[in-house]
Amino acid sequence: MSTLKVNTIQDTTGNDALTIDSSGNVTASQGFVPSTQLSHRNLVINGAMQVAQRGTATSNGYTLDRWAFNSTGMDDFAFSITQNTSSGLSEFPNSLKFTTTTAESAVDANDRAYFDYRIEGQNLQNLGYGTSDAKTMTLSFWVKSSVTGTYASFIYQDDASPARSYLANWTIDTANTWEKKTITIAGDSGGNINNDNGPAFYLRWFLFAGSDWSGSSTPLHTWGSTVGRTEAPNQTAQVPLTNNSTWELTGVQLEVGSVATPFEHRSYGEELARCQRYYYKPGGDIETWRNWANSHGIGYIWFPVQMRIAPSVSNTANSYNVTSKTTHVFGYASTLTSGQAFGITADAEL
Amino acid sequence: MNEITITNAQYYLGYQSTENEGIIATIDGVEMSVPIAEGNRHYDEIMRQVEAGTLTIQEAE
Repeated sequence: MSTLKVNTIQDTTGNDALTIDSSGNVTASQGFVPSTQLSHRNLVINGAMQVAQRGTATSNGYTLDRWAFNSTGMDDFAFSITQNTSSGLSEFPNSLKFTTTTAESAVDANDRAYFDYRIEGQNLQNLGYGTSDAKTMTLSFWVKSSVTGTYASFIYQDDASPARSYLANWTIDTANTWEKKTITIAGDSGGNINNDNGPAFYLRWFLFAGSDWSGSSTPLHTWGSTVGRTEAPNQTAQVPLTNNSTWELTGVQLEVGSVATPFEHRSYGEELARCQRYYYKPGGDIETWRNWANSHGIGYIWFPVQMRIAPSVSNTANSYNVTSKTTHVFGYASTLTSGQAFGITADAEL
Repeated sequence: MNEITITNAQYYLGYQSTENEGIIATIDGVEMSVPIAEGNRHYDEIMRQVEAGTLTIQEAE
C-alpha cells in the first residue's frame, strides 16, 4: 500500500488530464473512457420496488412488478406481500415486504418458498455466456428480516441444456435491521443464452427450504448443471415458520463487473414503462368500448409500450372475446346492447 | 418453474371468424383470455398440462 499526493496528472505532452481540488473532487479534463458502462448498468427492472401495479398479493404469482413469489409443498401458511413505502432506508423508501399471517407448522422435506426475478435472454447477450469471454457479474441488494440465519440465493440459467445454476449463501446477522449483501458471480463459459424474448435468468431468494432443497452437498460460487444440485444449500432461516415474521428486499442491482457500484436510480416514469413491457393495468376503466350494429360491444386498447409477447388478458366484464397482440388488444361481445366501461389487465410476464 | 392452477379451459373464436383465437381459462382463480402464442407463459403451461393429461380444453361454442 502506498499513497500518492498530487493535485494534477498531466499527459505526456504536459496537458492536464486529471485535476483534484482541495475537497477531493476529480475532474477529467480530456474526456473519460470507462471500462464498464456508466448508465443502464442495472439489469434488474424495479429493483428499488417503485412500481406495484397489482397491489397486495396473498397467493403465489407476481407481486410488485417483475417480482414473483412461489411456494410448493407447504400446507399451513398464509402470507401477504406488499409494497412498503416507508422502509426506513433513506435511499430506498420502497421495499418489497413479505409478512407471514399464518405460520407453517413444520418444515417438511419438500417445502420451499421463494421470490423470483426473471430476465429475458436478449437482455443478457452482453454477458457473453457460453463463450470464453463470459463476463463476471455482481449482484447487490438490501435485505431485512425478523428471522436471522443463513439464506440461499441462486441463479437458474434456463437456456442451457441441461439448465445450469449458480448458488450462494448470505446471512441475516441482526433481526429487523437493513443489511446490504453483495455476491460476485464469475462468467459461465459453459452455458449459452438464447438471443430471444424467453426467460434466461431466474434470480431466486429463498425464504423457506425443506431438506429436499437445502442439502449442503452442492458447491457454492460455481456454475454447473442443475442435475443433482439442490437449489437452497445450507438454508437455515425459515421465515414462514413464525407468525408475523417479515422479510424485506430492495435496492436490487445486477451488473457487469466484479464491483457493486452505487445503485442506478431511475425515475418512476421510466421504471413504469419498463414494467409495462410485461404487465399493464390502466389507471382507470376502459372507456373506448361502444355499441356497434346494435349487437356488439367492440373496441381497441393500445398498450403504452410494446409488450414482450401477446399478453393474457383479464377483464372485469368477463364477457368479451379478446384478440391479443403485443401492441394492442381487441375485444368484442355479441350479447351487449350498449357500450360498457370496464377494467383490464394484460400479462406478458416471463 | 411455476405452480399455476388452471381450470375451465375452453377455446374461443376470433371476431367474425371460425378459427380459434385463444383460450379462456381460470388461472389461479382469475378468468383470463390466453392467446395461442408460444412464449406466453399461460399458453405454454396450458399446453404442458394438456400434454401431461391433467387438463382438457373444451371446443369453442
